[in-house]
Order: sequence, then structure tokens, then C-alpha cells
Amino acid sequence: MLAASGLVAQNVAFGMVALMMIVGAIRVVTTKNVVHAALWLVVVLAGAAAQYLILSAEFVAITQVLVYIGAVTVLFLFGTMLTRAQLGKSTDLNNKNWALGIPVALLLLGTLVYVLVDSFHADKVIDDPKSVPVVTTQQISDSIFRPYLIPFWALSFVLLAALIGAIVLARKD
Amino acid sequence: MNAVLAADIPYWGQSLLRALGGAVVVLLPAGTIVYVFLFKLMSFMQSRLGPMEAGPYGSMQLFAEVGKWLQKEDLYPNRADRFLFKAAPLVVLLSTFMLAVAVPFGPDAIFSNFDNGVLYILAVSSISVIGILMAGWASANKYSLLGGLRAAGQLIAYELPMVLAVVGVVIQAGTMNLQTIVVRQNADSIFGWSGVGNPYILTQFVGFLVFMIAVQAELTQAPFDMPIAESELVAGYMTEYSGFRFLIFFIAEFATAGVFSLIASTMFLGGWGLPWSWFNWNSLSDVHNSMNVIGPIIMVTKMMIVAFLVMWARFSYPRFREDQLQKFAWKFLIPVALLNIAVTSILKVAF
Repeated sequence: MLAASGLVAQNVAFGMVALMMIVGAIRVVTTKNVVHAALWLVVVLAGAAAQYLILSAEFVAITQVLVYIGAVTVLFLFGTMLTRAQLGKSTDLNNKNWALGIPVALLLLGTLVYVLVDSFHADKVIDDPKSVPVVTTQQISDSIFRPYLIPFWALSFVLLAALIGAIVLARKD
Repeated sequence: MNAVLAADIPYWGQSLLRALGGAVVVLLPAGTIVYVFLFKLMSFMQSRLGPMEAGPYGSMQLFAEVGKWLQKEDLYPNRADRFLFKAAPLVVLLSTFMLAVAVPFGPDAIFSNFDNGVLYILAVSSISVIGILMAGWASANKYSLLGGLRAAGQLIAYELPMVLAVVGVVIQAGTMNLQTIVVRQNADSIFGWSGVGNPYILTQFVGFLVFMIAVQAELTQAPFDMPIAESELVAGYMTEYSGFRFLIFFIAEFATAGVFSLIASTMFLGGWGLPWSWFNWNSLSDVHNSMNVIGPIIMVTKMMIVAFLVMWARFSYPRFREDQLQKFAWKFLIPVALLNIAVTSILKVAF
């Protein structure tokens, strides 16, 4: 499953970013401060964007930054700061059902590993750095608006419904 | 395309040049805008002279100011979150540097020629919000926190009209690559007339207006300066900052103004190019190499014009109220931008 030996720099970069992501992910759940947790989450999400860039998936990487760092974590930070973000350590951050997360995470890991191994077996992801298929944004938009138009529309309607639902819930009159 | 430079200079040399170029692109506009507009233009508009003592016409005032800030003590509040307090200005400055990377300055004078330039700009411009929220929260000051929250709300609200205004340009150019957008503006014609190319300010004037208003709000310049409203919030998220860290916030504010002016010139004013019909150029490889030197000069000229518009509005209008600001974004700018997209796509398909 590892990339070929012609991609040493990519492998080293992958390892470093992966290490950063693991440290960040552990700190998200162990830190004693809500705002710090949200900022460690930024480290993890930025790491994911960097991994996409290493895989030369430019569009996905930028979308990751735009959506997760620019919108989702900003919303997290905004929400916590508006309501209950105190400086220093908080004591009541742990949910008492936290142990339930462990089997769920293991199940997810098992499923992903099984699916990946089952579909690729011993194939190398990339054999020759020169033959890396570069998917341009134009190709992505072509496939969204041609063969996948109906799913795209369906998703848009789900989002629209969520938007209207939020307005209905928030309106007082 | 970049054979002239790339053939002679090794990779580390190119990287060094890029780093130096990035520093120039961020610091030079910041200094110029602060001296020419903030010190001098603002004073003349208010019938006073502005700084006159340091150097001829006060031209050395900038160095005096920087020296003053560097000497000041590095203060932080007792209960502040030390690490985040110190990191916040750097996050804001980082966002500025990342923005500058996308701007093309000539046929070969580019930091990085990549396909998703427009999307990239919109993505990294939102990173500064995190820095501002960090600064507001870590200062352990209610005014700072309120300023930070106001800034975040404002930046989120105005991100959307900015994205929508840019979509018109993307539809017309048929690409998100900023270099290609510049090429299209200089090579195309307006309904068959190719006298000045097709700078999108002429065909996308509504988009340009919406974009500039959104930029004004993103830069938190008056009339959108509620986050640092001095009569209500002391200085908003910057209240507790002093010395070098305040200087970084200050540089970031005006450097971002410069970089956004560069981006606006790239997307709406034709970027580094001159209309190609004047020189019988047909493709990017025809463009004369001297454009790598003339291009940056053209870009700086256009940047000064756009930055002048931003500063003019800043000195002329009183501050909005918080609810007026949100209403203006959601009920006026976004519908106008959506209408612009609809009209642009209809015209694009029709012609």
C-alpha cells in the first residue's frame, strides 16, 4: 500500500504530517480547555488538507480549508466563545459515555482497513511519479454536472431543506 | 513558459527568490499604503498636513513609527492565555502571506501558477478569522472578546457576497486560474471590439462593486470597523496588544488591504497585462519578456488606485450599526450578487 520508492519526499512529508495529525487528534480529546480543543482540531483538519495536497488533489485540499477551517471551526469557536469559553482549565468536559466511542472507532477502523485491503490487495498506489493522474478542477466539475447531476441536485435540496428548517426553528413569530 | 528563469536557477534559489518576493509583496504595499494614504491623504482630506518633521514631507515617519513600536515593552494581561495571545497576530499575518502567493505579476513572474487560484484566495482569506478570534479570547478582556466575536460574525457574513461576486468573473473567464483570468482579460474582446481587451470591470461592474464592498468589510475598514470601534470597544480584539505584537496586527491590516487590492486588479482590472491587440500578441508565449518587469509596475499602479478607493471610502463614511451591517450583507449584497451570476451565465450561454 505504500507509495513507490521514487516518491521519498512525499513519503517523508506524509509521515510528518500524519504524526502532527495524530498528536493534534489526541490533544483534541485530552486538553482541558474547550477553545484549545477547537484549535487542536484546526491542526488535524489542516493536516488532512496537507495530505490531500501531497496526493495532488488540489481541489479537495482547498475545499477542505474553505469548509472545515474557514467555516466549521470558526463556527465552533464562535459558538463556544459566545456561550461558555472560560480561560484556564475546565473540569466537567468529559461526557460519562466517552468509553462508547472506543468500540465505534475500532469498528470504523476495521471497516475501512477491510474495504481498502479488499479492493486494492497488494497494488501500489503509484508506481512511477511521472504517471500520476492529475485530476483538474475542470474534470471534477464536468463529472459533477454531467453523470452525477441528479445526486448533486438531491444534495442541494437536502441543504436547502436544512437551511429553511433552521430559519423555521429560529423564528419567534 | 517559465523557461527563462527556471532553466538557470536551481530549486533552492527559486524558493529563496519566492520567499523574498513574498516579503516584498506583503511589506511594500503595507508601508506605501500607510504613508501615502493613512498619513498624508487622510490629513489632506481633513485640511491638515499630517507628519512633516521626520524627513522631507514626513517621509521618514514610517521608520520612526516602527522604531517606536519595536522599543515598547511586550505586555500581556495577567490572566491571558499566554501562548494563544502571542500566536494570534502571527496567524493573521500568515493568512496575508498565503494570499499574496496566488497573485500573478507577469508572464513568468508568478509565485505559483495553479488551477484553483480563485478558490484558494477565498479559502485562505478566512484563516485570519481564527487568528482574530484567538486574539479576542486569549486577551482575557470583555472588550477584546466582543471585538473578536464581532469580527468573526462580520467576516463570515461578507465572505459569501465576495465568493458570489467572484463567480461572475469565473463564469466569464471559464477558469479559476488567476494567470488565465489575466490572459483572458487582455486577449478577449467586448462584443467584437478588442480595443482595450476585456477588463472585467467593464462587463462585470456589478460584481466589482459587490467585491469591493465585501473587501472593505473583510478588511474591517470604516464604515465596517465595528470590531475595533474605538468609541464602544476601546480597540476591540487589539485592546491588550502593545509593541511588536500590535505592530504585526497593524502591518497585517494594511498588507491585507494591499493584497486584496492586487487581487481585485488581477480579477477586474486586467492584472499585469496590456491589451494584446496593441502589440499583435496572440498567446502567452508571444508576450514579450520585458513584461516581467513592466507587469509588476502596472500591478503596483493598479493596486494604488484600488487601495485609494478603499481608503477614500474609509475616510468618508461613518460607521454602520451592527444590525445594519448584517442586513446589508444578507438582504442586499447577496441577492444582487446572485442576480449578477444569473445574468452573466445567461449572457455567456447566449453569446
